Amino acid sequence: MRRIAWILIPLLVITVVAFFTVGAQGDWSFVLPFRGRRLAALVLVGFAIAVSTVIFQTITENRILTPSILGFDALFALIQTVLVFVVGSSALGSIPPVAQFAGEVVLMVVLSTLLFRWLFGGARRSIHLLVLVGIVCGVFFRSIASFMARLIDPNEFTVLQDRLFASFNAVEPDLLLISAVLLAAASVLLWRMRHDLDVLTLGRDLSTVLGVDHRHLVLRLLIIVSVLVSVSTALVGPITFFGLLVASLAYQVTGSHRHSANLPVAVALAVVALVGGQTVLEHVFGLATVLSVIIEFIGGIVFILLVLKGARR
Amino acid sequence: MIDIAGVTKKYGTVAVVDDVDLLIPAGGITSIIGANGAGKSTLISMVSRLLTTETGTITVDGHDIAATRSGELARRLAILRQENHLAARLTVRDLVAFGRYPHSRGRLTTVDREHIDRAMDYLDLGDFTDRYLDELSGGQRQRAFVAMVLCQDTDYVLLDEPLNNLDMRHAVAMMRILRRAADELGKTVVMVVHDINFASTYSDHIVAMKDGRVVHQGPPSVVIHAEPLRDIFGIDVTVHEIDGHRIGVYYS
Repeated sequence: MRRIAWILIPLLVITVVAFFTVGAQGDWSFVLPFRGRRLAALVLVGFAIAVSTVIFQTITENRILTPSILGFDALFALIQTVLVFVVGSSALGSIPPVAQFAGEVVLMVVLSTLLFRWLFGGARRSIHLLVLVGIVCGVFFRSIASFMARLIDPNEFTVLQDRLFASFNAVEPDLLLISAVLLAAASVLLWRMRHDLDVLTLGRDLSTVLGVDHRHLVLRLLIIVSVLVSVSTALVGPITFFGLLVASLAYQVTGSHRHSANLPVAVALAVVALVGGQTVLEHVFGLATVLSVIIEFIGGIVFILLVLKGARR
Repeated sequence: MIDIAGVTKKYGTVAVVDDVDLLIPAGGITSIIGANGAGKSTLISMVSRLLTTETGTITVDGHDIAATRSGELARRLAILRQENHLAARLTVRDLVAFGRYPHSRGRLTTVDREHIDRAMDYLDLGDFTDRYLDELSGGQRQRAFVAMVLCQDTDYVLLDEPLNNLDMRHAVAMMRILRRAADELGKTVVMVVHDINFASTYSDHIVAMKDGRVVHQGPPSVVIHAEPLRDIFGIDVTVHEIDGHRIGVYYS
């Protein structure tokens, strides 16, 4: 790992301190929990997106595709819409949020595994075809979701909108807690698999030859990725290019194939970008725009550059 | 011993490997020769479980490869395929170190490091230790991959065209390394080779394939003759005995 990566630690501390202190007025007993909850949401989202992207790129043996580019988070949004549409918001209100979220995650794992099998199961396909299929899938899921949103009763629609566009400013404490638990569990599992993950970067054939049970390992990792995507989408809604941005940066910063370096660095970059970005946005631009707009703008440019570079090689 | 019994592989309706029965003895070098598309690569890919068989069974030292755990097989059998595309950027040393994964599961011990250094020495890679693979020439990269396979330290080493991209000096060096691995370390080397003279000079056993079937097999003194070679490749080859080796001339 290159030495430059260690700069991330002080950078992380500075952004977190700045997030708490810049423009803080009044009683700390109010400021701390209020900003603390938002900080927790930003950290969890950054973590989930960074880790899910790096893992996904490892199992698909590429550095351009991410779960959100292939429409996995749009799939989660669709699941939520269908749920409100079929069950109705009043009935949903009577189910505890933990159980609801668990149900949604299970559905997400099943459906995204099917989608993944369909995309990557057969012969090796060209990256351009996969990008195209992903965009079509994403638009398809979003269109069905918005079609259903038009059909339902306006009151239900408000509930739905609340769920899909929670943004970084208003997140349910319950959801934060479940997300934190899920992410902690995922981290422990992934850390124990870090050497297997390194071998996976060699591709299906070489990792099989080295004794990795490729099919099962990929399936297990895919389940973890689905859970992580569910967490980030449930907390803030889809952010298409953010994962690509932090993963690509992380590979540059570490200059290594090791997941024990790439995963923490990607997480640190994601948290710095989200927390720092949000601070700057609130206090410099006075909330004139939304963070995800800026992220999508920069991330989109990186994506185009990567595709062009990949095409040339 | 590798025992291939009644193995078939079809793509669509075309049988690329057609009901092959073959015993590859333990020890020594076995070369598989044949024209393009004869099924050589497919056959050794099936032996190394990278392709599934349609019918038949393959056992390595009595272990059915379909029923043995992948991690267990990885300590018995290594393979190098023709094309090795990597998504990540790796240094030569990182790549060679992956060869120890079946033994150490990623936590390298002193023994592992010795194996890595020895494999790099064997393949003359000392100057490239920390270079990235995408900065190397085709031949240097090929040697790095062979070092990784040797580093895996398995009894069986399968190589699909190991001489690809190598110049004369390194091709001869590679064959000598494989010969030494077979003679001194008791490894069983099975390789697909296009140059029949390398096969003739360095192998103990030659297997010739044509249209998915094994058509000839035996020591070089039996297979390297004008008649079988015409049958295998469909061209006329004059065979001369030079310095105790059977050399085929097929350039005219």
